[in-house]
Amino acid sequence: MASYSTNEFRGGLKIMLDGDPYLIVENEFVKPGKGQAFNRVKVRNLKTARVVEKTFKSGESVEAADVHDTQMQYLYNDGELWHFMDQDTFEQITADAAAVGDAAKWIKEQDVCNVTLWNGSPLSVEPPNFVVLSITETDPGVRGDTSGGGGKPATLETGAVVRVPLFVQTGELIKVDTRSGAYVSRAKEE
Amino acid sequence: MSYTVWEPTASLETLRARAGLFSRARAFLEAAGVMEVETPIAGRAPTPDPALESLSTTWMGCGRAALPLYLHTSPELAMKRLLAAGSGPIYQICKVFRDRERGRLHHPEFTLLEWYRPGWGYRQLMDEVAELVRSILRRPALRMEVLTYRELFDRGLALDPWQADPEDLRHCALAQGIAGAEDMQLERDGWLDLLLTHSLEAGLGNGRLTFVCDYPTSQAALARVREGPFPVAERFELYLGGMELANGFQELTDPEEQRRRFRRDLERRRCAGATPPPADEAFLAALDAGLPEASGVALGIDRLLMVLTGARHIDEVLAFPVERA
Repeated sequence: MASYSTNEFRGGLKIMLDGDPYLIVENEFVKPGKGQAFNRVKVRNLKTARVVEKTFKSGESVEAADVHDTQMQYLYNDGELWHFMDQDTFEQITADAAAVGDAAKWIKEQDVCNVTLWNGSPLSVEPPNFVVLSITETDPGVRGDTSGGGGKPATLETGAVVRVPLFVQTGELIKVDTRSGAYVSRAKEE
Repeated sequence: MSYTVWEPTASLETLRARAGLFSRARAFLEAAGVMEVETPIAGRAPTPDPALESLSTTWMGCGRAALPLYLHTSPELAMKRLLAAGSGPIYQICKVFRDRERGRLHHPEFTLLEWYRPGWGYRQLMDEVAELVRSILRRPALRMEVLTYRELFDRGLALDPWQADPEDLRHCALAQGIAGAEDMQLERDGWLDLLLTHSLEAGLGNGRLTFVCDYPTSQAALARVREGPFPVAERFELYLGGMELANGFQELTDPEEQRRRFRRDLERRRCAGATPPPADEAFLAALDAGLPEASGVALGIDRLLMVLTGARHIDEVLAFPVERA
């Protein structure tokens, strides 16, 4: 089993604690000049996203978490699970609602997502930074308004609701930044 | 590591502050009649201190087999040989090296100002340390307080470090919310260090110079022990702004006691699975010849410069940290 010594601790390292995979967010080395050294870390539980503190005696080893990111194509949702495929190996995996989380609001078939795998199972799914989606419902805009000031809510084909300028109409395609959930522009069919 | 980044991490203003700090320290000590000296950075014996780890190199000598040389973790032992030779008061500003130390306040090579006062007691030296720091920081009104290690733990944690056993200390660490204490394996001094670094240090030296003195004898290092109902090591540490800046001793001069401590240190290293290093016989011979009663102190220049410039991370006061070296 791979492991890391506290000497190797740094932000971004993935370790196992109490059976769960964690990401080191911050690592602080503390040591009295004439005494015992400690690593005081902030870690994020990759399953629950909770951030906790933990102190290690320096020099100890901690089991490495087999966690890595991979690009996978979203295939379909079977009503319960989301199916993804590795485009190089054609290997398919399924992710549950807990792993997909907010990404469910943004992704549609064939989008390529960043999937974080732990021991081969998906821990989390990140949608592409920008997605193009069609508007299924929005109030008709006020005639003559082209400035985009104010805006109105629009429901997208995936169910997400974003604020769009008044001139954008039902049936149109728009580009959305999934990190902020903000409307970027109108889009053309790809 | 970004080997291609050529720029210094310290600003030019900070580098100028460093130069100013050096000249003020030298001016202060010269005016005080302390002589500047130099001793070897690379020596034959590594530090025996179990809390420190020496970096090493190899000397491909002339006409002899390759000899391992160890970079000093402080110039202490060599400077004491000069004291034994009758040097009188001496100081040194030098780079020292400590392996396995890297963080916001740690860098594997750093600058120490170390000085010795033959005939002085450690309380008297604390006053001089405070004077020098005030002069370097240009804060003549900076107050000074002296607190014993025992008072520190009593006030901060209602604990007596001389009486509490490791389980009491673990309970205290858990009560302090130190996550990880539940399954940590530590000796008594390790627990005291955990509490010191996690629960006490941040409050020390808040707008004043706080000297903590009279440590448990198990943390005596090279300090003399004062016997009594609760024997104490005549050692002090200076804190400012929650940061440890200096460590000083009423120096141990008894060669037999020194040999016992070295043996104990080497034994602890053996137990930890490390190869016991050779003892510094030249230093022990100097103690046999007679080290004058003295007190000495080592002050971390980089951290003092952090205080002077308001830096949060040691990298802000170094031209090139090890990742860019």
